[in-house]
Amino acid sequence: MTARGRTATRTGQYAALLGYLAFLAFPFLWLISTAFKPPRELAAAHPTWVPAAPTLENFRHAFDQQPLLAAAGNSLLAAAVSALLAVVLATPMAYVLARHRTRLARAATGWIVVSQAFPLVLVIIPLFLILKGLQLVDSRTGLILVYVVWALPFALWMLTGYVRAVPRELEEAAAVDGAGRLRTLLSVTGPLLAPGIVATALFAFLTAWNEFFFALVLLKSPEKQTLPVVLTHFLGAEGVADLGPLAAAALLATLPGLLLFAAIQRRITGGMLAGAVKS
Amino acid sequence: MAAAPTTVARRSTTAGPGRTGRPQRDHGVWFLVLPALLPILGLSVVPLLYGIGLSFTDAQSGRTQATGFVGLLNFSDLLHDSLFWDSFRIGLIWAFGVTVPQFLLALGLALLLHLDLRLRWLARALAIIPWAMPEVVVGIMWRLVYHADAGVLNETLRGLGLSGAEGRDWLSGLATALPAVLVVGVWAGMPQTTVTLLAGLQNVPPELHEAAALDGAGAWRRFRTVTWPALKPVALAVTALNFIWNFNSFALVFVLTDGGPGGRTRLPMLFAYEEAFRYGQFGYAAAMGLAMVAVISVLLALYLAGRLKGDEDR
Repeated sequence: MTARGRTATRTGQYAALLGYLAFLAFPFLWLISTAFKPPRELAAAHPTWVPAAPTLENFRHAFDQQPLLAAAGNSLLAAAVSALLAVVLATPMAYVLARHRTRLARAATGWIVVSQAFPLVLVIIPLFLILKGLQLVDSRTGLILVYVVWALPFALWMLTGYVRAVPRELEEAAAVDGAGRLRTLLSVTGPLLAPGIVATALFAFLTAWNEFFFALVLLKSPEKQTLPVVLTHFLGAEGVADLGPLAAAALLATLPGLLLFAAIQRRITGGMLAGAVKS
Repeated sequence: MAAAPTTVARRSTTAGPGRTGRPQRDHGVWFLVLPALLPILGLSVVPLLYGIGLSFTDAQSGRTQATGFVGLLNFSDLLHDSLFWDSFRIGLIWAFGVTVPQFLLALGLALLLHLDLRLRWLARALAIIPWAMPEVVVGIMWRLVYHADAGVLNETLRGLGLSGAEGRDWLSGLATALPAVLVVGVWAGMPQTTVTLLAGLQNVPPELHEAAALDGAGAWRRFRTVTWPALKPVALAVTALNFIWNFNSFALVFVLTDGGPGGRTRLPMLFAYEEAFRYGQFGYAAAMGLAMVAVISVLLALYLAGRLKGDEDR
């Protein structure tokens, strides 16, 4: 390839990359811009990218208009408890799935895949009826239960990948040295698995924090609703929305996820791929 | 590594008492498995079977008399429900119209990110945003983009001299609503696909590339003969999963248009949700869910079978 040809290729590559960057970034930048615009600029005939007179008023109004703090508290509770429960329940089973090729392991892996394919509506109606029978509709406990079960397939999938990445030889060496099974798990496998467990928990946390459909169906009382459901209340009837506070609230709801995700992104893809490729 | 599991499998199938020296093994396995298995059985497997059962009944919310078995009535009603078929058609357009561009764009971006370019870190950072955002926020954000007066899209088009777009409300126009939500769907799912494909690319041995380049293979040939075969399993898995997820998606379009205008963006999930929780027709909505599963299963089976056959032919 000639030098000029190479330069042209490089230029084309950078042009394409810049196009991608613009496409990915512009809606988010516009959200930020809208969140800081005073009402006068939001109503202006020619909206601008950079607010002329940036203001924090929208954030104050957002908190006045909807119970955002309470909603964030509800989301935090549901996400944290369900994530914790999901990894506590899933880790032992993931270990078995990774280390034993039994019929059970095959069935469980099959179910993990199948359960992804079913439309939520087929699951939510019977779940709604079952939870109603248990008096767990419109209850935070009911929502947490659903989130745990919802997180389990993915948690199992990711954790199985992480367990496979721990060399079996290490466990066998510990066994040869006379360590019991439990001791091997706790002192050899556990520490190596810890980063994967943390990543899985954070992923389950985010999934629950962002979840909308189950929360919409299962929670009726306004004081129990989670953040995504409360955010839709800003849209109002017929989509006539107060844009400033809407943007401000949406921006705030995104921040925890962004921070968490930035911290664990690499690890998550590693785990998912490990589960996908080595199965 | 690969040899170890087979020895375990053999051991566990032929395990007589005391033969392995660890007779407590099976109990230990159940002890480890049950904590996750019981919730899955109780709140995932049972509801699913229950849901399939419901689709053969006339179950309704808030009804006092007992639910009765109605056989295939719901399904024959579905066959004649033109609104449902409209919704189904829109669902398929949505699933293909999002999954295919999503994959192609993601593949392009993944290949770019795999090169040694500057600004890579920025692209990786930006790719996190749509992934980490609640779907509801993605919907809200794009409503701000598409907004007739305060939206950036119309303002940009005006800046480019395309005045025809003046005051156009993209999400409530009959012709523009579906394309507009498709773009959002692509945007929302592209980064996840990109990162997965990128991880797959990084598993392609660089020596193969170098060897092919020494043999004089051009970029396209190298992609076809070296990169693509290695990437194919990941690509297959990611497109199949994306298709399922997209077909079943709910929150994004619920926030963007709520199925409007005039049902032009009413995905099957939105339709079934309304049927179940606005009109209380549980049995009928469950039948819709089952019809959706059937179609997805058939499409996926065809897709995967076709792909695997393609492998054998080679």
